[in-house]
Amino acid sequence: MIAVRDLEVAFGDRVVARVPSLELAGGEIVGLAGESGSGKSQTALAVLGLSRSLGARVSGSITLDGEELLDASEARWRELRGRRIAMVMQSPRGSLNPTLRLGRFFLRTLALHGIEGADAEARMRAALADVSLTDDLLGRYPHQVSGGQAQRFAIALAVALRADVLLCDEPTSALDVTVQAQVVALLKRLREEHGTAMLFISHDLAVIGDLADRVVVMRDGAVVEAGATSEVLHTPGDAYTRALLDAVPVIGQRRIA
Amino acid sequence: METVPLEVAPSRAPLKDFGAALRRQPLMAIGLGIIVVLVLIAIFAPLIAPHPSDAGNVTHPTETLLSPGGGHLLGTDQLGRDVLTRVLYGARTSLLIVVVVLAISAAIGVPLGIVAGATGGWVDDVIMRITDIFLAFPALLLALALATVLSPSAEHAALAIAVTWWPWYARLARGSALAIAQRGYVEAARALGVPKWKVLARHVLPNALPPTIVQLSLDAAGIMLTAAALSFLGLGAQDPTPEWGLMVNQGQGLLETNWWVAIVPGVAIIVAAVGFNLLGDGLRTLLDPKAGRRR
Repeated sequence: MIAVRDLEVAFGDRVVARVPSLELAGGEIVGLAGESGSGKSQTALAVLGLSRSLGARVSGSITLDGEELLDASEARWRELRGRRIAMVMQSPRGSLNPTLRLGRFFLRTLALHGIEGADAEARMRAALADVSLTDDLLGRYPHQVSGGQAQRFAIALAVALRADVLLCDEPTSALDVTVQAQVVALLKRLREEHGTAMLFISHDLAVIGDLADRVVVMRDGAVVEAGATSEVLHTPGDAYTRALLDAVPVIGQRRIA
Repeated sequence: METVPLEVAPSRAPLKDFGAALRRQPLMAIGLGIIVVLVLIAIFAPLIAPHPSDAGNVTHPTETLLSPGGGHLLGTDQLGRDVLTRVLYGARTSLLIVVVVLAISAAIGVPLGIVAGATGGWVDDVIMRITDIFLAFPALLLALALATVLSPSAEHAALAIAVTWWPWYARLARGSALAIAQRGYVEAARALGVPKWKVLARHVLPNALPPTIVQLSLDAAGIMLTAAALSFLGLGAQDPTPEWGLMVNQGQGLLETNWWVAIVPGVAIIVAAVGFNLLGDGLRTLLDPKAGRRR
């Protein structure tokens, strides 16, 4: 569905992300792991066509169903963003405009993509039910909902827009463990029911191991390892991946520094 | 924790919100009250003024400088005109100047500031250097020069003040926009396919407005005082236009013998200024959507 080739994102002389190859098929979840500053988010922003407006140089190739997007017009990108490729951000409540009630925000976003009236209303209710949120949330402002609710709201938006590709940038990092589990379960169900492809960015290999079919590990802007999740996580070939794995706490294991 | 239902305020009707806000903030209610009364006075001046014709070009040589009381509740000035009448009509002039200045300077400054702050780069540089040029002149001095060139009148005074006032809004709006452009919801809006200008209008502008609106209402007092100062210096409204600053000017020589000529319009200026300030402070709290939680 989405194929990235020789992608390079750079600010000035500094290359912040270099991805030789990354493919995402329908219903597939690819984990993108690495520490802060490793280029994970820059890769996601490039796939959304947002890097250039941040002042970055982007080269290589990004195709969606065969259509080359790197040279696409801003108008074409706007059609795709949200509609085909949606993003779930790290800070769930920070991603919502504090002056807009959630319901209004939802309907405006749908209207932006040409979905209006009764159809929009119906889609909104269905999507909210899909992520187990109740309608009374719609009258609230972002500061009146919890982080987990806001994150599920963001996912509901992607569901209502019928996005084929979901870019999740650390969607569970700002949430506590029980809510994390809810969101992960929701993403799994989304994949089963809608065949949504996902790029799941996280520094948390435990979550990636639970969710992803394949894993790409990045460090200092470069891909250091890529492959099937079980392979990468059980027989890591790169020292950095091993270091990341060692950082995953195991319940019941006592650590002595 | 997520598993515990979060206690949140139910969605409320905006008008009810406003009533509740006024009850929480009695000072703002007082400020609002003063401004409402002022506006009503300005609108209905011809109906409530005891001698409406005294607001115009008339003199009563036989009734000059009468003490407060009798037919003239607050006395008369050196031309025999009823001071109460002229102070009531003066609300029209003062409010009009305030509204015109605020409207012009906000309409110029806020959009420029938001575009500058949210766009950055050379656009930001150009806009901010222009505002710097305007800010380089002392405001009252520039207004004085302009008012002199344009020939003194209330309208020209308003125009002159607006020219010196808008750069402050540009700066304020730019600062807010700069901070807001970094927020997650602006990035999220772009990620949802919202066009650039819509991001500015719907996501940056509304969130940059609260500090601007507070500043507008706080500035209203300053503008009124500046307008009064211009009139006082003879460069604002001209007699017979009833204007508070002008009236204070005309009465200053009489302070020791006929205090009411200068003191009554002076008190009007103070009351109006305090009213705008209280309202501005209250609005700051009200317009912050999170304010309810903090209290």
